[in-house]
Amino acid sequence: MFWDALTLQLGYNASLVAIGAALLGVSAGVTGTFLFLRKRALVSDAISHATLPGVCLAFMLLVAFGGDGRNLLGLLAGSALSAWVGLLCMNWLTHHTRLAEDAAIGAVLSVFFGFGIVLLTVIQTMGVGRQAGLEGFLLGSTAGMLWADALVIALGGAATLVLVMILRRPMTMVAFDPEYAAARGLPVHRIDLAMMGLVMAVTVVGLKIVGLILIVALLIIPAVTARFWTERSDRVVLLAGIAGGVSGYVGAALSASAPNLPTGPIIVLVSFALFALSLLLAPVRGVLAAVLRHLRFQRRVHIRQGLLALAQGQKIYEPLTLRLLKRAGLARADGVATEAGKARAAKALRDEKRWEIVRADQAHEATAALYHGLRDIETVLTRDQIAEIDRQIGGPQGVMA
Amino acid sequence: MTLELAANHGVSVQENGLGSSPLAIRGLTVSYGQKPAVFSVDITVQPGAMTAIIGPNGAGKSTLLKAALGIVPALSGQVTVYGDALEKQRARIAYVPQRASVDWDFPTRVIDVVLMGLSRELGLLGRIRGRHRARAMDCLNRVGMRDFVDRQIGQLSGGQQQRVFLARALAQGADLYLLDEPFAGVDAATEKAIIAVLKALKEAGKTVVVVHHDLATVTDYFDHVFLINTSKVAEGPVEQAFTAETLQAAYGGRLATAQIDQISRALG
Amino acid sequence: MSGEEFVPLSLTPLLIGTFAAIACALPGNFLVLRKQALIGDAISHVVLPGIVVAFILTGAISTWPMMLGAAGAAVVAVVMIEAIRRLGQIEPGAAMGVVFTTMFAAGVLLLEQTDTSTVHLDVEHALYGNLESLIWLDAVGWSSLLDLTALAGLPPELPRIAATLLGVTLFIWLFWRPLKISTFDEGFARTIGIRTGSLGFALVIVAAIAAVAAFDAVGSIIVIAMFICPPAAARMMTNRLETQIGWSVVFAVVSAVLGYVLAGYGPLWLGGADAVSAAGMIATVSGLILACAALWGPCKTRAGTPKVS
Repeated sequence: MFWDALTLQLGYNASLVAIGAALLGVSAGVTGTFLFLRKRALVSDAISHATLPGVCLAFMLLVAFGGDGRNLLGLLAGSALSAWVGLLCMNWLTHHTRLAEDAAIGAVLSVFFGFGIVLLTVIQTMGVGRQAGLEGFLLGSTAGMLWADALVIALGGAATLVLVMILRRPMTMVAFDPEYAAARGLPVHRIDLAMMGLVMAVTVVGLKIVGLILIVALLIIPAVTARFWTERSDRVVLLAGIAGGVSGYVGAALSASAPNLPTGPIIVLVSFALFALSLLLAPVRGVLAAVLRHLRFQRRVHIRQGLLALAQGQKIYEPLTLRLLKRAGLARADGVATEAGKARAAKALRDEKRWEIVRADQAHEATAALYHGLRDIETVLTRDQIAEIDRQIGGPQGVMA
Repeated sequence: MTLELAANHGVSVQENGLGSSPLAIRGLTVSYGQKPAVFSVDITVQPGAMTAIIGPNGAGKSTLLKAALGIVPALSGQVTVYGDALEKQRARIAYVPQRASVDWDFPTRVIDVVLMGLSRELGLLGRIRGRHRARAMDCLNRVGMRDFVDRQIGQLSGGQQQRVFLARALAQGADLYLLDEPFAGVDAATEKAIIAVLKALKEAGKTVVVVHHDLATVTDYFDHVFLINTSKVAEGPVEQAFTAETLQAAYGGRLATAQIDQISRALG
Repeated sequence: MSGEEFVPLSLTPLLIGTFAAIACALPGNFLVLRKQALIGDAISHVVLPGIVVAFILTGAISTWPMMLGAAGAAVVAVVMIEAIRRLGQIEPGAAMGVVFTTMFAAGVLLLEQTDTSTVHLDVEHALYGNLESLIWLDAVGWSSLLDLTALAGLPPELPRIAATLLGVTLFIWLFWRPLKISTFDEGFARTIGIRTGSLGFALVIVAAIAAVAAFDAVGSIIVIAMFICPPAAARMMTNRLETQIGWSVVFAVVSAVLGYVLAGYGPLWLGGADAVSAAGMIATVSGLILACAALWGPCKTRAGTPKVS
């Protein structure tokens, strides 16, 4: 079943939903990256919750004018409008009052959502029998989706993606360094608004598939996932798009393959799985790599400090230092240096002296800046330079590693 | 010498050789990420002296202080305060953080900030009484901020904020005062007021340690210096440790030769 | 309205709503100042998986296991956010976004997979509660307040939220000084021996307990609104923390009472027939209060420079 879904053999609608979800995932991942790099990830939370009153008002208007309250295009237009109002409120609060952005986000999301729920209960009492579909906007529902709806989503996803691609350069610059971007003459405020507009578009398109609560996940999780794998912003954008697309596609396929697997949550959980793998296993920023690196680093610091203490005949007080020296065969349990330890200690002390000369000498300014206590001097100076320094120090020559 | 336990490792005072200096640090290494910001630093602060910690930007001056106080975690090293573990001697330390480290929009008044200095003796629920208030007022008076008691702290100038922080430290009634860049970005009047207070503390036998960045005033203000650039460069009385050579070693090429000449001339 | 009508039908929901609002607004003051306002948002989302797991484990809708489940989920969420933030070096907002959406998704999925047809457990209920239904049927009028048999019939949500409010107030009162100092100046707080890490965690746990107890009675939407809107509005009224707390309590009470009344009677005044969601209306009123404070509050703009991070 799952395989059939993955290969788009579960019927026209399911396939369209899978493609739509993939497109949505890609554009959410890419758009979310800019938000994340701008350190405003949770703005998406406010925007998505702020869609609810718009959906309800649009429904009421559509019904009042005798139309079908469930017209998807009408509902999406309403949601976009109220999300935009919410966004403006949030911007106004952060710029014109003392509130920080997090409080503004929370205020907008809770108040708009609360008002939306008031409207939802109004609709329930309006006696219009067909409002059931509206609750679907909270959590998304692809069951019984009309072909036209699926088409709207697929097209919307594609259109958003095209817009993101067009705007990606200026958005990268603003996300990376807004002040520099402003100095370069970019209209930072308008680009910010455009970024938010895209977030809004993604949210609105995603309402029907994943619902307004979980669309936030698609905007945040792929971007965070991608950040683990690279330091380059263009690659983060690319990887986030891929992570989002894969989550959307696999999630939609999984959900179509068995009953009681709601599309939105499955998509979110798939993207979280990708995130968790990245958090643990990414080569540089991953937890595993970081822990190993920290242990190695700690070991280097302690051994170096221990060697310097040995060389200067000081007692070693830290048990960890002593343990590490012992394990490396550089000292005995009572803290006395072994032969190898003595040699290494002499070298360490000599290197410290050499560094001292380097750091005091203006001619070595660039090299001196590289000092941080652990760097081997051989990695920054040539043999001849070291020999020259040793002549300045005097004493025995040729202490080399 | 006493047999009290010192530091975190249950090593006795005699064994670790740190003595009963107001602040003694051995082998302190602190790193943010993969590069030590402070590497294997030893320092022994002289009681009753005014010590400046100096070094170029990013040399680890503030980090050293913060790690000594347990505000940032250290990778290795030991710290004793009056020959004892830091936790046991907290009451004898007053710390003045950098001004930029707090949100000055916080809803509180000048007097409330100074009263924070009394929180150890007030405990969790102790009521603030007239004598506490009087002491806080006295501290504000000493830094020349008496007229600003009821101001919201955000309405003060940078120099005034710095003085309020100093008043809070005075209220703690400590023996050891640690100040992080107290003269950064303050007006001349504030600098004068602060240095007068610090000198008075020294007269009263207190120990003062200041992270300082202005080389021109070192000889005027301090009697001990500690030069650091990731690792220790020099330590001792100003006339011995604050020389053209040590400065060159600490600042390298980053300090213009002309400036060093000027300072060494000033040093005679 | 007479006591015969008011006491059984409106008194208990009003009290529960008010207590819930205050219990959330009190810790909210500190969360807003610590730039952790959205912790309330995160907690209220993860309550759903907590109660679903509790339901699956016990097979019944009973209050205590569900509250424990919700509180457990809140703790798991807080720990996960902190772990992701530190281990992955991810900014707190994004870490929060990852955790609460995932846990919420897991909750919805579990709910779909579980047979809950026999019990009243659904997402909508979790979101906006059912304040209106918490009536006191045993009451006949004001005299019932002194009648022990009638008091025994009080909706159990009332004593629970009252106890929670008491606990929250006690925590804030007891740790007032350390909370204030560590919120203002964390570095200084550590040098005078305050365990800022544990205290911060305790604050979040207290907020979580308030959220869970309030959620049980009124749904998560009020919880988020009350964590943020009354403290944020109070922030525009004063430059003293003590006064700010006072204002936030006033705003919370006004939101709860006015919101409840408007939800119940507003539609009637407008010629409608049925009441609207009280929870939603309370959130809306708190938003209107915040809007007024932001427009006309005496202290609405920043007084000092923000912290350099």
